[in-house]
Amino acid sequence: MSDFIEPGVSRRGVLAGSVASVAIANAPSGANAQTPPRASEPPAMPVNLTVNGKKHALRVDTRTTLLDTLREHLRLTGTKKGCDHGQCGACTVLVNGQRINSCLSLAVMHEGDEVTTIEGLGTPEKLHPMQAAFVKHDGYQCGYCTPGQICSAVAVLDEIKAGQPSHVQADVSAKPAFTAAEMRERMSGNICRCGAYSNIADAMADVAGVKA
Amino acid sequence: MKAFTYERASDPAAAARSVASKPGAKFIAGGTNLLDLMKIEVETPTHLVDVQDLDLDKIEKTSDGGLRIGALVSNTALAADQRIRRDYAVLTRAIVAGASGQLRNKASTGGNLLQRTRCPYFYDTNMPCNKRKPGTGCAAIGGYSRQLAVIGVSDKCIATFPGDMPVALRVLDAVVETVKPDGQRRSIPIADFHRLWGDKPEQDTVLEPGELITHVTLPRPLGGQHFYEKVRDRASYAFALVSVAAVIQPDGTGRVAFGGMAPKPWRVAEAEALLPQGAAAVTARAFQGATPTKDNAFKLPLATRALASVIAQAKA
Repeated sequence: MSDFIEPGVSRRGVLAGSVASVAIANAPSGANAQTPPRASEPPAMPVNLTVNGKKHALRVDTRTTLLDTLREHLRLTGTKKGCDHGQCGACTVLVNGQRINSCLSLAVMHEGDEVTTIEGLGTPEKLHPMQAAFVKHDGYQCGYCTPGQICSAVAVLDEIKAGQPSHVQADVSAKPAFTAAEMRERMSGNICRCGAYSNIADAMADVAGVKA
Repeated sequence: MKAFTYERASDPAAAARSVASKPGAKFIAGGTNLLDLMKIEVETPTHLVDVQDLDLDKIEKTSDGGLRIGALVSNTALAADQRIRRDYAVLTRAIVAGASGQLRNKASTGGNLLQRTRCPYFYDTNMPCNKRKPGTGCAAIGGYSRQLAVIGVSDKCIATFPGDMPVALRVLDAVVETVKPDGQRRSIPIADFHRLWGDKPEQDTVLEPGELITHVTLPRPLGGQHFYEKVRDRASYAFALVSVAAVIQPDGTGRVAFGGMAPKPWRVAEAEALLPQGAAAVTARAFQGATPTKDNAFKLPLATRALASVIAQAKA
């Protein structure tokens, strides 16, 4: 596209205008511009969830992810939608104590499950130790990935404590240690585009009681 | 995402019958791969049969000294099992080299075997792809093929099998156990489970419609030193460009399979017999007849170097 734009015409206006004319050009002649009515409603099902200790009886379209259920149905918007494909970790929550990508799970697959989101870890008055450590060590910039980072970080310390093996262990039959290398490897499913990684590692080391 | 109906199965054969009786039905376990593909409408099931309630989440001893792993055992649980860590370390190593902690908590043993390719053209619904839409052609051939296969390919498809865990299962000679809709059970050696693409790239495995994986069985432990060397574009949370699963015995003999090279975990008996002669001899035989593109020809020397690294570690 040319950089030359007439005075008084914004680039945005030009782009919007071109999109509109393309849409008109592509519309088949005589076609009804209205969206046709649905033949039938998409399948919906009941699901019972306990979120942050509170029970919820919901009815959702079967396609609804756990992430969208939390954000759009329960208005728990602390959990973030980043990539929506399990690549960034912004949607990480704890389900029955295990961290998962809530974007890659359907709500209907979680009948009876206990979900903990960032809102359930701590409150502004009484922060979870990991939340306090992120504040202390400046473990974020824009903050968008932070709820997922914190949920993941809490789970990572539990996973090391439980002795789960990792890729950076020299001997996978040994008990892993709370080292910086272990924590970094285990946090690789949480992307921070601002690059606050070193401070996140400091915050985790602080909570684990080790040197970063 | 296309609309679908959903049910939770309580019995393996009933689950198989349900999938077989409804056109467009699919099993869902962890869902980490299937839901990703449903969001971009590469997968468009009309009905999902959730198998999470089936009693297939245990790891049990077999009568001949091996282990029988339920198809629903999560990647996390399988990697962390003390028996696996001690006697089948190549399997733990392969699992923890893959995906992220969040994904491994949901991903199942059965689902991991059924992971679909990560070929970028399979994911891009604007492009032709014989695997996604049979008969449309292959945009990867002549396209951007850096990640794609160098051997076992066809003129219809050059995708790789993307997983890590099945490469280790291949070295261990695991057996995949299934149940069919009529209740009949069968055992499929891992070597025969994944297909070469040939004329039917849309078919990843030899499973029949509605056939459900129930267990994966490991023969008795092999001893030796276990390795999973994975080379990728970043240090963690990336698919393999090349991976090497190996079990090396004190006398220098052993077993070796490669990931990231072919439509299936790549193991050649005549090649691994050459292990005492060094990495170059093994890979020369294993990849005899390879047809790399200019983008992915680097995988051949990379496989040799990755194996050389494993052999050096075994000798150290």
